[in-house]
Amino acid sequence: MGGWDRFVETFFNAKVMAKYLPDILSGMVVTIELALLIVVTGLGAGLALALLRSLGIRPLNWLIIFIVDLFRSLPPLVIIVLMYFGLPYAGPSPSGFVSTWLSLALVLMAFSEEIFWAGITSIPRGQWEASRSTGLSYGQTLFNVILPQAFRLTIPPLTNRTIAITKGTALGTVVAVTEILGQASSAVSNSYNPSPLMMGAAAYIVLFFPVVVAARWIETKFAWKR
Amino acid sequence: MVQKHIVEARGIHKHFGPLHVLKGVDLQVDERELVFVIGPSGSGKSTLLRCLNRLEEPSSGSVVVDGIDMLDPKTDINHARQRIGMVFQSFNLYPHMTALGNVTLALRKVAGKSRAEADTLARKALERVGLADRADHTPGQLSGGQQQRVAIARSIALEPRVMLFDEPTSALDPELVGSVLEVMRSLRETGMTMIVVSHEMGFARNAADRVVFMDDGLIVEQGPPAAIFENPAHERTRAFIGQIQRH
Ligand SMILES: Nc1ncnc2c1ncn2[C@@H]1O[C@H](COP(=O)(O)OP(=O)(O)O)[C@@H](O)[C@H]1O
Ligand SMILES: [Mg+2]
Repeated sequence: MGGWDRFVETFFNAKVMAKYLPDILSGMVVTIELALLIVVTGLGAGLALALLRSLGIRPLNWLIIFIVDLFRSLPPLVIIVLMYFGLPYAGPSPSGFVSTWLSLALVLMAFSEEIFWAGITSIPRGQWEASRSTGLSYGQTLFNVILPQAFRLTIPPLTNRTIAITKGTALGTVVAVTEILGQASSAVSNSYNPSPLMMGAAAYIVLFFPVVVAARWIETKFAWKR
Repeated sequence: MVQKHIVEARGIHKHFGPLHVLKGVDLQVDERELVFVIGPSGSGKSTLLRCLNRLEEPSSGSVVVDGIDMLDPKTDINHARQRIGMVFQSFNLYPHMTALGNVTLALRKVAGKSRAEADTLARKALERVGLADRADHTPGQLSGGQQQRVAIARSIALEPRVMLFDEPTSALDPELVGSVLEVMRSLRETGMTMIVVSHEMGFARNAADRVVFMDDGLIVEQGPPAAIFENPAHERTRAFIGQIQRH
């Protein structure tokens, strides 16, 4: 057997790949579920915090800033492990799936709050004044004038951060989540062959490559034209 | 004849932290009057205008506009502000909306018009400022002069009782100033009450009923344009007018 054949036999073993394809596919479903949950709840919570912060209530803002800085400084893996192994001592024992979801959602919340907040504060004061002087309320101004402009500015950093954090779903493998990497690595140890890892990598590319390309398209589409 | 003041500001003080910016300003404006406010940069002209529609909260004093006590906490400030149009030096159009969208926003959200009604009123307002054909342009596609005229349309569409102008032509290239002044002149001819902060002396001379000179947070003197420009009573007024006429 030549070197090339041995390479293919080892890393792209057809028999192994066929056997574990269903596992990888089910891992993809779990990864998609996790990612969607993280994106929706993380961005939703981040926007909610930024809106709360815009009310300008001092003690509340200190609390928001503390929470945001906390979750921006902790490594996501540490949060996942704390939630999965540590939280049960305090009462609730979330599953690996829930631990991963909540941990990454909290991290995305923290980063997206900062991005939304930067977007809101970058809108010139004159926009508020023009709107308020025509009689729009604080909330009407926020939703009709400020946020539509702020969103445009936040889209590029937000898509980048969102992609980076959703890729962190692979960390769920540490707490026994059967997402792509978890499926692939258990397949590797069962088959004594690394081919499932290659399938796992392919699965990530299939999932995230279109997202990255779409993000690039969105960025150019929403480039700010005054 | 008792003339009713449509704007009645008394004893306005405004502090920004340690900075005492307005030091007891009284300003009464009659219906249909055009009052020009001049004064050195930093004298408090913008702050005074912004106190009239409560974009700034005066530290003390009273402001009554069209019979509404603007500083009373029970006043529906958003409703009251519809009656007071404001035009800014930097236009402050909403860049994500068309000219039409800029004008219809408050018509729909504050005046409660339907989309169709708001569109009709907005097109009328744009026509009054000579921009009927620019309704679908975004601010980025308009010249500075056109943007400022859209901003004026945004205010007048709400049929305000008073219009405040804060240096409406200061950010414009000289060749675009005329078109904005023209719109202001036609607004004046409809009998709009106007308070204008500006250094357009030519416009003041032939359009203003009264010129108010402010310095250091106080009204130093006021009177008909000819009197203030040709024959100011105070040294500070004379110095200021000499200065801007040299430019
Ligand atoms: N929001 C603010 N905070 C602090 N200082 C302000 C604020 N707005 C205005 N000032 C100060 O108040 C003074 C008067 O400003 P302004 O009313 O804009 O003067 P003018 O319009 O006559 O140039 C200036 O010294 C300015 O720096
Ligand atoms: Mg000013």
